Amino acid sequence: MRENDIILQTVSKVAVFIILTFGVYLFLSGHHNPGGGFIGGLTLSSAFVLLYIAFDVESVNAGIPLNYKMVAAVGVLIAICTGMGSLLFGSAFLSQSSAYFNLPVFGKTGFATVTLFESGVALGVVGVVITIMVSISEDV
Amino acid sequence: MISIHAFILIPILTAFLIPIFGRQFPKLHLGWVVLPVPILLFSFFVSKIPVISANKAITGSVAWIRALDLHFAVYLDGLSLIFTLLITGIGSLVVLYSIFYLSKEKESLSHFYTYLLLFMGAMLGVVLSDNLMVLYLFWELTSISSFLLIAFWFRRKKSRYGAQKSFLITVGGGIAMLVGFIMLQVMTATNSVQEIIAMRDSIQDHELFVPSLVLILLGAFTKSAQFPFHIWLPDAMEAPTPVSAYLHSATMVKAGLFLVARFTPVFGGEATWFWLVSGVGIFTMFWGSFTAVRQNDLKALLAYSTISQLGLMMSLFGLGSAALQGGASTNSIIYTQAIFAALFHLVNHATFKGALFMIVGIVDHGVGTRDVRKLGGLLSLMPITFTLSVIGSFSMAGLPPFNGFLSKEMFFTAVLNAPEMSIFSMDTWGLLFPIIAWIGSIFTFIYSMIIVFRTFLGPYRRERLEKDPHEAPIGMLLSPIVLCTFVILLFFFPNLLSKYLLAPAMNGILPTYQNMEGFIPKISAWHGFNLELLMTAGVVILGIVLMNTYRFWNVIYDLFPEKLSLDRGYQWILAASESGSKKATDRYMTGFLPNYLYYIFGFLLLMVGGTLFLSGSIAFDPSNDASVSLYEGVFVGIMSIAVVGILFAKSRMTATLLNGLLGYSIAVFFVLFRAPDLALTQLVVETVTTVLFLLCFYHLPEWSKEDRSWKVRFPKIIISIGMGALTVLIALSVQGNKLFESISSYFEDSYELAGGRNIVNSILGDFRAFDTMLEVVVLFIAGIGVYTLVKLKAPQGGDKIERK
Amino acid sequence: METIITLLIGVLVSVATYLLLSKNVIRVVLGSAILSHAIHLLLITMGGLKKGGVPILGGKVETYVDALPQALILTAIVISFAVTAFFLVLMYRTYQSVGTDNLHEMRGTNDE
Repeated sequence: MRENDIILQTVSKVAVFIILTFGVYLFLSGHHNPGGGFIGGLTLSSAFVLLYIAFDVESVNAGIPLNYKMVAAVGVLIAICTGMGSLLFGSAFLSQSSAYFNLPVFGKTGFATVTLFESGVALGVVGVVITIMVSISEDV
Repeated sequence: MISIHAFILIPILTAFLIPIFGRQFPKLHLGWVVLPVPILLFSFFVSKIPVISANKAITGSVAWIRALDLHFAVYLDGLSLIFTLLITGIGSLVVLYSIFYLSKEKESLSHFYTYLLLFMGAMLGVVLSDNLMVLYLFWELTSISSFLLIAFWFRRKKSRYGAQKSFLITVGGGIAMLVGFIMLQVMTATNSVQEIIAMRDSIQDHELFVPSLVLILLGAFTKSAQFPFHIWLPDAMEAPTPVSAYLHSATMVKAGLFLVARFTPVFGGEATWFWLVSGVGIFTMFWGSFTAVRQNDLKALLAYSTISQLGLMMSLFGLGSAALQGGASTNSIIYTQAIFAALFHLVNHATFKGALFMIVGIVDHGVGTRDVRKLGGLLSLMPITFTLSVIGSFSMAGLPPFNGFLSKEMFFTAVLNAPEMSIFSMDTWGLLFPIIAWIGSIFTFIYSMIIVFRTFLGPYRRERLEKDPHEAPIGMLLSPIVLCTFVILLFFFPNLLSKYLLAPAMNGILPTYQNMEGFIPKISAWHGFNLELLMTAGVVILGIVLMNTYRFWNVIYDLFPEKLSLDRGYQWILAASESGSKKATDRYMTGFLPNYLYYIFGFLLLMVGGTLFLSGSIAFDPSNDASVSLYEGVFVGIMSIAVVGILFAKSRMTATLLNGLLGYSIAVFFVLFRAPDLALTQLVVETVTTVLFLLCFYHLPEWSKEDRSWKVRFPKIIISIGMGALTVLIALSVQGNKLFESISSYFEDSYELAGGRNIVNSILGDFRAFDTMLEVVVLFIAGIGVYTLVKLKAPQGGDKIERK
Repeated sequence: METIITLLIGVLVSVATYLLLSKNVIRVVLGSAILSHAIHLLLITMGGLKKGGVPILGGKVETYVDALPQALILTAIVISFAVTAFFLVLMYRTYQSVGTDNLHEMRGTNDE
C-alpha cells in the first residue's frame, strides 16, 4: 500500500522543516506580530501530522521517540507554573512582565515572561493534537 | 478559649489518620490507637466541671464566613457538658469494648474507627456549637457517619436497607430543621443560639415563630426516633453492637433531646411546643415499650426500649417547658422538676442502656444468636454477664437499688403534676399523662424482665445455639462492668451528679429560675409512702402477672397487623416514589438524542424568541454596515451553497470536504475582517480537523440515509429554520441596539500595559491569561479523554463482574 | 456587510441544527462543527466588521478593529477542535462496542 507515497514522502521531508521553522517563527513573533502559542503549537503539530500521513506511525515513532502525553502534561504544567511564578514576586496569579536587554549578537532583544507562558500553551497544544491523532491511528 | 475548637476537631482529624495507621501497623488492633482520643477528650471535659458547676459558660468563636454570619462559635455550659461527658466517656468504653468485639482479621477496622471518630467529632460539634448553621452542619455529619456505621457490613442487604432508612428519615428531618433555623435567623437576624435566647420576648408574636418551632421539632423527633419516625431505629440495629451501644442508645439519638433542651428557653411556654413535645413523647414512650414486648430479637427489643425511653425523656422536657409559661414564679417551679428528671434520666439511661447493649453483644458473640426463643439457661455458663444484665435491666425497669429507680420515680412525680396544671387546657387532658405513663411502665418492666429471664434462666437448649456458650473475655466485660458500677453508684450518690452536672444544666435551660428555692431538688431514694411508690408497686405486680400470662393476651398484637404498620407505609412511599419518578422520567427521557435536542431547541426558541418579541427589542439598523465588495459577496454565496450541499451529500466524504471548504472560507473572511491570528489558526485547525474526520471514518460505516418521511422531516425543518431565524434576529438586534460602550478600547493600550503590540495575543497571554491557562487544561483533558477512550477497553464481560 | 454575514450565519445555524437532529452520528458531529463555525462568525460580526486596522499596534492606522472577539474566537476555535475530536472518538468507540451508528438503535441498551 505504500508504493505510491514516494512523491508525498520526498516533499514531506522538505515541507516538514519549512513548516516547523514557520511554526517556531509564529510562536516567537506572537508578541508583536500575528502568531503566538496557539498558532505556533498548531502549526508545529500540523508538521507532525504531515509526517504521520506521509510515513507510517511506527517509523515516525521510531524516529521521534516522544511521549506526547508527557509533552502535553509538561506544557500544561509550564502554563500553570509560570502563573504561580508571579506569586513569588508578590503580584497576582498569572501577571506577566517584560524587559529589554542588549545582547551581543541579537542586539536589543525583548524578553517577556509571557513567552514562557506561551511556550507552555504551545507544548500543550502540540502534545494534545498529536496524542489524539496517534491514538486514533494506532487503534486498528 | 480556642482549645475547645481543637477538641471538636481532634477526633475528626484523627479519623483521617486512622487509615494511614492501619496500613503502617497491620498487626496492631486499631482500637488501641483510637482509645486514647476519647480518653483524652473525656479528661479534658472532666477538668472543666469546676468551671461549669460555678455556673460559668466557656465560649469561644472563630470567624469562618463573616459575610454570612457564620462563626465556628462554641458554647460549653452545663447542658453541653453532660453531653460531652457522655459522648467521650461512653465513647471510650465503646472503643475498649469494640477492641474485643471486632476481630482484627475479619473486619475492616480502619473504616470502622474512621467512621466512629468522625461521629464522635460531629456529635461534639452538635452539642458545643452556638452557631445555628454550624450546628446544622455537624448535625448532618452525625447522620452521615451513622449511615456509614450502620452500613458497615454493607454486603448484608438488611444493613444497606437500615442505613438508607435511617439516612432518609434523619436527613429529611435535618432539612426541616435547617428551614426552621433559617426562619429563626430571619426573625432575629443572628445565627447565635445564645443571642436568640436573649431575644426570646421580641420574637414570640412573629408569624414565623410557630412554623419554625414545628420544623425544628421535626428535626429533633426524627433524630430521637419519636413516633412516627421511630421506624428507623430498629433497622439501624444492623450495625455492629458497639455502634448500637454508642450511637443508637447513648449519644446520637439523644441529639434530638439536646436540641429540645437547648431550644426550651426559646420556645418553652408556647402551647404548640408543650403539646407536641410532651404528647409525642408520652405516646412514643407507650408505643415503644408496648412494641418491645413482642420482639424476639434481643437487639430489636432494646431498640424499641430505647425508643420508649427517649419518648419518656422527651415528654419530660415537654412537661417541664410549661414552667416558662407566664414567666418564672414560685408557683410554677414545681414544673421545672420534669426537666430535672429528664436530665437525670438522660445520664441514667446512657449508663444502663449502654451496658445492656454490650451485654447483648456478649451473648450474641458467645452464643451466635440473639433470638430469645432459642436462648435460655445461660446463667451457669455466663455468670458475670448475667449479673450485669440483672443490674442493667432492673435499673431500666425502675427498681431499687439502681439509678433507674430514682429517675423513674421522678418521672412519675412529673406526670402526676401534669393534671394539676392550669394552663394549656391540661385540667381536662392532663390525667392522660399519668395513665399512659403507668401503662408504658408496666410494659417497660415486662421487657426488662424478658432480657434477664428468657436469656439466662429457663431451660438450656444447646441444640438451638450455634456455638458453645462461654463467658466473655475480661476485656469485653470491662466496659459493661464500669457502666454497671455507675448504675449502682448513682443510686447511692445521686446528689453529687446533681450538684456538679445537673444543676448547671438546669441553670442553662431555665436561666430565669436560677437561684430560686427548690429549683434543684435533693434526690432521695426514700420519699415515704406516696402515690409514686404505689405506682411502682403496681407496675411490679401487674408486670409479673402479665409476663406470666403473656400467651393469653398476646393476641392483642394481632390488632396491629404487619400490613398496616408504619414500616410498610415507609416502604410503600419509597417504592411508590421510585416507580412514580421512573414513570415520569421515562415519559420524556427516551434515550434518543434528537428528542433531547428538540426539548433544548424548543425551549430556547420559546424563551429567547418569546422574550425578544414581548420586550419589543427587535431592531434592524443597517446604516452602520461596512460596504460589501464583490469577492466577499462571492464567498458568502460559496459558503451558502457549500453548507446547503452538506444536507444533500450522498457520501460522508463529500460532506466532510464541504465542511472543510466552509472552514477555509471562514479563514478568508477572517483575513478580510482584519484578524490574521484567527485566519492562521483557522487554516491549521481546519486542516487537522479534516484529517481527524478522515481518520475516524476508517472506524465508522458509510452514513446511512436519513428517514425521508415528512413526519420526521417537518419538525426538523421547522426547528432548524426557527433556530436560524432566531440567531439572525438576535444578531441584528444586537447591532441595532447599542446599549453600552465597548470595553475593547482598554485593550488598545496593550503595549503600555502588557508590553505587546499584538492586542489579540496580549489579551490571550496577559489580560485574560487565566482563560488561556484553563483552556489549555481543557484541551489537555480532552486529549486525555480521547486517549483513554481509545486505549482503555474493558475486557469482554468485565462489567458483569463489576455489577456483582 | 454585517447584515449579509448575519444572514449567512442564519443559514449555517439552520443547517447545523438540522444535522444535529439527525439519527446518524457523523451528521451530528458535522452539525456541531458547523455550529461552531457559525458562532465564530457571529462573534466577530458582533464586534463590527472592517471598522479599523489590524489590531497590531505600531502601524499607520489610528483605529483598530475590536480585538476582544478575536481573542474569544481564537480560544473557541481550539476548544471546538478538542470537542470535535472527542466527539468523533466517542462516536466510533460507541459504534465499536454497540455495533450501530444509528442513535435510534443505540437507545435502550440494557446497560442501565
